[in-house]
Amino acid sequence: MAAPDAPAAARPHVPPAGPKVRAPRRRGSSAALLLIAPSIVFMTLLFGWPMVSGVLQAFGGPEGLTTANFTRMSQDPYFWSSVGNTLLLIVVMIPIQFVLALAMALLIRAKPRGASAYFYIWAIPLAVSDLAAGLVWLTVFTDRGYLNSLLASMGQQPVSWLAYDNYPSMFAAVLIAEVWRATSLVFVIVVAGLQSIPKDYEEAAGVFGASFWNRLWHVTLPLLRPSLQTALILRTILAFQTFAVALALTGQNFPLVVGETYRWYTGLQDPNVASALALVVMFVSMVTAVGYLKLLRDQTEAAR
Amino acid sequence: MADISIKGLHKTYPGSTELATNNVSLEVAEGEFMVLLGPSGCGKTTLLRMVAGLDFPDQGSISIGGRDVTYLPPQDRNLSMVFQSYAVFPHRNVRTNIAFGLMMKKVPREELERKVEWAADLLQLSPYLDRYPANLSGGQRQRVAVARAIVMDADVLLMDEPLSNLDALLRLDFRAELKKIVQQLGSTTLYVTHDQVEAMSLSDRVAVMKKGQIAQLGHPITVYEEPADRFVGGFIGSPPMNFLDGRITPQGGLEVGGQSIAAPEFLARAAARTGGTAVMVGIRAENISLEQRGAEGSLDAAVEVVEPLGHATLLTVDLGGQTVKVQVPSTARVSAGDTVGLRFEQSALRFFDTETQLGLTA
Amino acid sequence: MSHATTARTTAGADRPEPEVDRRPLARQRRNRVLLQVACILITLFMALPIYLIALAAMSSRQSLQKFPLSFIPDNFSTETMQTFLQSTGILGGLINSVQVGVFTLVLSLLIGVPAGYAVARFAFRGREPYQLFLLFTRALPIVVLSVPLAQLFLQTGLYDSALAVVLLHSALALPTTILITASVFLGVPRDVEEAARIFGCSPVQAFLKVVLPMAIPGIAAASIFTFVMSWNEVLGASILTLNQRTLPAQVLSSLAESPLAYRFAGGFLLVVPALVFIFFMRRYLTNMWGSTIR
Repeated sequence: MAAPDAPAAARPHVPPAGPKVRAPRRRGSSAALLLIAPSIVFMTLLFGWPMVSGVLQAFGGPEGLTTANFTRMSQDPYFWSSVGNTLLLIVVMIPIQFVLALAMALLIRAKPRGASAYFYIWAIPLAVSDLAAGLVWLTVFTDRGYLNSLLASMGQQPVSWLAYDNYPSMFAAVLIAEVWRATSLVFVIVVAGLQSIPKDYEEAAGVFGASFWNRLWHVTLPLLRPSLQTALILRTILAFQTFAVALALTGQNFPLVVGETYRWYTGLQDPNVASALALVVMFVSMVTAVGYLKLLRDQTEAAR
Repeated sequence: MADISIKGLHKTYPGSTELATNNVSLEVAEGEFMVLLGPSGCGKTTLLRMVAGLDFPDQGSISIGGRDVTYLPPQDRNLSMVFQSYAVFPHRNVRTNIAFGLMMKKVPREELERKVEWAADLLQLSPYLDRYPANLSGGQRQRVAVARAIVMDADVLLMDEPLSNLDALLRLDFRAELKKIVQQLGSTTLYVTHDQVEAMSLSDRVAVMKKGQIAQLGHPITVYEEPADRFVGGFIGSPPMNFLDGRITPQGGLEVGGQSIAAPEFLARAAARTGGTAVMVGIRAENISLEQRGAEGSLDAAVEVVEPLGHATLLTVDLGGQTVKVQVPSTARVSAGDTVGLRFEQSALRFFDTETQLGLTA
Repeated sequence: MSHATTARTTAGADRPEPEVDRRPLARQRRNRVLLQVACILITLFMALPIYLIALAAMSSRQSLQKFPLSFIPDNFSTETMQTFLQSTGILGGLINSVQVGVFTLVLSLLIGVPAGYAVARFAFRGREPYQLFLLFTRALPIVVLSVPLAQLFLQTGLYDSALAVVLLHSALALPTTILITASVFLGVPRDVEEAARIFGCSPVQAFLKVVLPMAIPGIAAASIFTFVMSWNEVLGASILTLNQRTLPAQVLSSLAESPLAYRFAGGFLLVVPALVFIFFMRRYLTNMWGSTIR
């Protein structure tokens, strides 16, 4: 055995056994890049290109870049009401959906009898398209529909729920249909989130004196934050695009921003203004997403 | 501080007919450190959870400090608990974690802060009060869990295998520290573990459990030296107690391993009447000493394996076809293949009924 | 000699036993009842509309003209559905929807599964930005893409083809597919793969023989999710096509002029797949979001 302070040259040199192996990390990198390359190419073509093209189109005109499209968009009589409707819908709908989804997830977690059947039924609407949801609730709200039938059989006067001049009830109909359809998605995300919280935390909180509401507020909801954040961002961005529901229920009487986009494109045959509207939607969506991220930022990160 | 009174606690595992606890009764005195010891599945954790209110019994009652709590939800029981996984809230810092129970009780701010400082100081967490659990080591998180529990001044302190997730060295250190802290506080403590060393070291009394029942309840040394049945003898002590098949002859001899030594009086008398009985002999490895082969009153045996453990040497020895573990000082010169004489310390011999496995006493 | 008794403690003899307080039990029982009631109410809200549209679609045209409508299926008839299916473009739309759905599924799996594998197994530089990029694109509104894409497809001659819709739907499905398959692959233990390599498999063989079979359930769930998304997508499909419409696009375009019965039948046909898909997918619904969800 060589003495510890013998010069390195005196110690026997042992050559590395076997073929020289490249550092796995680097090889992994090139294989990984190869695997993700098709997705990057595909997405750039189908996301990047249209986005750039869309921006150009929104600012496009016969003589080059112009803001004329935006002017025409904002001067359209339906534009501002569509913006108002969309915002109102979102502001009312999102809190309702989240409270409802949270309640539903907590109910399922309490394992009532028949929980698996409940879960299945409560999850069905998430696979229903917004057009179908509109049509489903059309059977309920239309003048000769089931709601009025129920009222008539109870001796009440039927109401024209979807009449163009009955704004509150039109709004309520669209709201209910969307709540019915889209709460499922949030519900499933919250259930998944709840499942990933070890029950130890809530048990500990209970032993240390926390009532059900205390546990919910101090333990469950904070630990659900990542799921809720994702669900909130996804749901809000999708909510800005509500369109077919309103079309099915109220036709043109309840304008929404994306509905207007559709109308400018197919009805009025003006792709430029349609692009302008699309850009407005995107801008607002991005701002909201960033806003949510900032608002629900992980506080434990701040303490590092 | 309060005492715990458990009576006839009966619980079936949900969804099966298997019994988790089978009519278990137990009294824990005020200020006593009671350890529930047993292998996994013996019902010790279920029992603890029922005392905590996290599970409810099918029958029986639990009272704490004279107040019935059998079906009360945990938050109404005035307890504190250290969980096996620590359950330290990841989204709160150390200070808020420790203060949690006090916050729930709406303790006024000044008192709360004072208590938190005291507990943190006791568990050497003062420099970490503003850290988040993700930035703490496992051992530190465990201290937070303990601090959170002791700050409460609860009637009873419950602990569910708090040391089992620590590595061996940490476990040793913290065990001593835990004992010091609990002694200082004087809390009534109910502690669950499968590690018999922890049970021996920490408990005032230990309840050894098996298959939902208490096999023996007593002071640790008593349970160690006078196990009530074969299971307890084999579970406590490392290495476990040796169990040998033997026979008491009518002449008052104990035949074991094909050889004979003197039998205790009370057994000899009984055997003289019945013409000899089969018994199970229990003797701990450290109560067997080596002598020259053939020495008077010793049993001849052949050494098979020699394991030098550092503080002692553990021999695996063949005694007339039965395997015996013998602990000898590390200075003993023995090799595999040697034939030696085994001397059993008479006062340490324990006898068990071959059928019921219960201990036989005078 | 005597047997040592397994020592049980004597009951605390000097204090009267407190009476077992069963009130909390009664309270809990009452809460369970309230729980069931709440669940039933919500189930009614969720299920009743589906029942109603099924009822409406399965009623004869005549009974739909009556008012008030009956809530019980006393006039079962496939007349409405038949008329609907025979309407212009519906059958074609159905076929197109299936076609588009299947091709979208295949395309997004072909591109997405390798990418998901890469994200799960390799800690490559740029993994974080790549994941952020995926999350960002998933949050992109469909409408932002559809209009310019329509123009682009017009120029490249792809407009009004099933292929156009397939490309759009694949682009929409890809981020989710990648993220889901990544979390599925993360769930396949690395040691199993490494063991296969030690026993002589090449990386590709190890993937095909060991990893893929274990990942199939999760990938199947992701596929069903993609198909459903494509089936239901209405805005993009409407903008990108004129004659080669998918079912929802077809129904949407004729919405204004169609009679009520047509709309009810259309809605029902659009809803039925949801019932079937969710039934088969329900076990995977909560596992899909996985560990990569941030």
